[in-house]
Amino acid sequence: MHVAHLSLADFRSYARAEVPLDPGVTAFVGPNGQGKTNLVEAVGYLATLGSHRVSSDAPLVRIGAERAVVRAQVVQGPEGDTERRRLLELEINPGRANRARINRSSQVRPRDLLGIVRSVLFAPEDLALVKGDPGERRRFLDELITARAPRLAGVRSDFERVLKQRNTLLKTAAMARRHGGKGADLSTLDVWDQHLATAGAELLAHRLDLVAALQPLADKAYEQLAPGGGPVGLDYRSSIGDDALAGAAGREELYGRLLEALTAARRQEIERGVTLVGPHRDDLVLRLGPMPAKGYASHGESWSYALALRLASYELLCADGGEPVLVLDDVFAELDARRRERLAELVAPGEQVLVTAAVDDDVPGLLRGARFSVENGTVVRQ
Amino acid sequence: MYEGVVQDLIDELGRLPGVGPKSAQRIAFHILQADPADVRRLAHVLTEVKAKVRFCKVCGNVAQDELCRVCRDPRRDPAVICVVEEPKDVVAIERTREFRGKYHVLGGAISPIDGVGPDDLRIAELLRRLADGTVTELILATDPNLEGEATATYLARTVKPMGLRVTRLASGLPVGGDLEYADEVTLGRAFEGRRLLDV
Ligand SMILES: Nc1ncnc2c1ncn2[C@@H]1O[C@H](COP(=O)(O)OP(=O)(O)OP(=O)(O)O)[C@@H](O)[C@H]1O
Ligand SMILES: [Mg+2]
Ligand SMILES: [Zn+2]
Repeated sequence: MHVAHLSLADFRSYARAEVPLDPGVTAFVGPNGQGKTNLVEAVGYLATLGSHRVSSDAPLVRIGAERAVVRAQVVQGPEGDTERRRLLELEINPGRANRARINRSSQVRPRDLLGIVRSVLFAPEDLALVKGDPGERRRFLDELITARAPRLAGVRSDFERVLKQRNTLLKTAAMARRHGGKGADLSTLDVWDQHLATAGAELLAHRLDLVAALQPLADKAYEQLAPGGGPVGLDYRSSIGDDALAGAAGREELYGRLLEALTAARRQEIERGVTLVGPHRDDLVLRLGPMPAKGYASHGESWSYALALRLASYELLCADGGEPVLVLDDVFAELDARRRERLAELVAPGEQVLVTAAVDDDVPGLLRGARFSVENGTVVRQ
Repeated sequence: MYEGVVQDLIDELGRLPGVGPKSAQRIAFHILQADPADVRRLAHVLTEVKAKVRFCKVCGNVAQDELCRVCRDPRRDPAVICVVEEPKDVVAIERTREFRGKYHVLGGAISPIDGVGPDDLRIAELLRRLADGTVTELILATDPNLEGEATATYLARTVKPMGLRVTRLASGLPVGGDLEYADEVTLGRAFEGRRLLDV
């Protein structure tokens, strides 16, 4: 798929921007702080309903404005008779529900946009996939899961909601105990356990499938970027224990294991006032050779690893059918000449590739295509 | 900030559910500019509703007397009770004309975030109604969202030893929403296709 037109209103630094786009490579070039990343961030937002830079929506709305609107004309399928065009619109209202339209119809929820714009975004922030907290890697997995199966967005938000309810219940109980009360009402804890295990097992099953599918692709990508540097191994570490995970095949079994783990942890959970087992406490351990990459890999190796994970995501989405848009935000400046060339070779054939760079020289020769200059909040085709 | 009584009005309106500060201001100025007779009528029904309307002693639905219209009606089947969160859900289900039993209004759903536990709902009253064995089926029609589901699971577990037939409305209702947002046809169909809830 590709985006044929991107239009922004009060998004980030843009009061308005109209950007016509073609398939193939497009580079946005301009000095620091002029709004290049802001443009591609908008594409990423349509794909994931989140920003790769901030966790809340408020910074996405132009200072002084009340809401931001991102519109995109999205084209699927080969050009001509069989192509399918859709106009997506998303109104971002920080602190309130966002609103979405598809082809001007407002009978849709924002969640219904998921899976239409598919993108893989490479950015300097990706280094955190390797060096950052487990939360970064969980988000990586979950975003990829929802891109492949949009229905899972509902499961994710159910899970978040059950977790919040259950944690509140545990916290209230823990406080009551500490203040010498007779213990708060925990009669509903079993009910929340059941709902947590239901949503949790579904999420967990999808994560395990995903990791199994990504593993060989990440290994291949790493080998292409840094020949002889691997192998790369992905180990899913679950808070229910690796033994519990090892034998469990499907969702049903994982449900049982999650419930057992919750029962086993209950005393401790009531003491601490927080849910200690579940997909929200899991991690994806990234191995490089025999060692975990985190804490062991060099800066350059960590970079290659992050790129390999993104390339693997790209391969996977392509294999599902429907090529995603590739977005490379400021990544070439961070790479040495060899990896720059390799990465350029790997992404150049993509249906649509959006590149940002501060200076022309940072865009590899292979990625010559359309060029926009971005300066002072204006986007001008060269 | 506005002067005295205007600000008081905005503050009071702002305490209503679903009314933010901006809407409160808009409604306040609408009232200020409205015809005095219209405003008197509004003030009158507000006082009336508080003075006259009560909650049914049996089911918790809104009522003009001790008992609500449904509980007073001898043609309604006392063997089936449909459990809902709010009186507005009774209205929504009555519109479908699909249900001929009685109701029980819980007054909300279990939600620790909102500080609502089982003791804050009319669950003890429900258990008392079930005690004499008249009721054979309990239909759990709490909202199709997480809190509604959790409340249904809790009730099903609680009444399990009583050996009643416990059912839940069929899926197909807009998930994550309120019961009242479902149209009559969808809600009617959900009633017909209700399934046994096994916990
Ligand atoms: N909500 C907002 N309202 C107004 N301006 C904003 C908002 N959010 C970010 N900006 C401005 O946008 C600019 C950053 O834009 P962006 O991140 O796209 O820069 P860039 O062109 O990618 O720069 P670099 O080359 O340094 O990566 C900053 O100057 C910032 O002040
Ligand atoms: Mg940038
Ligand atoms: Zn009644």
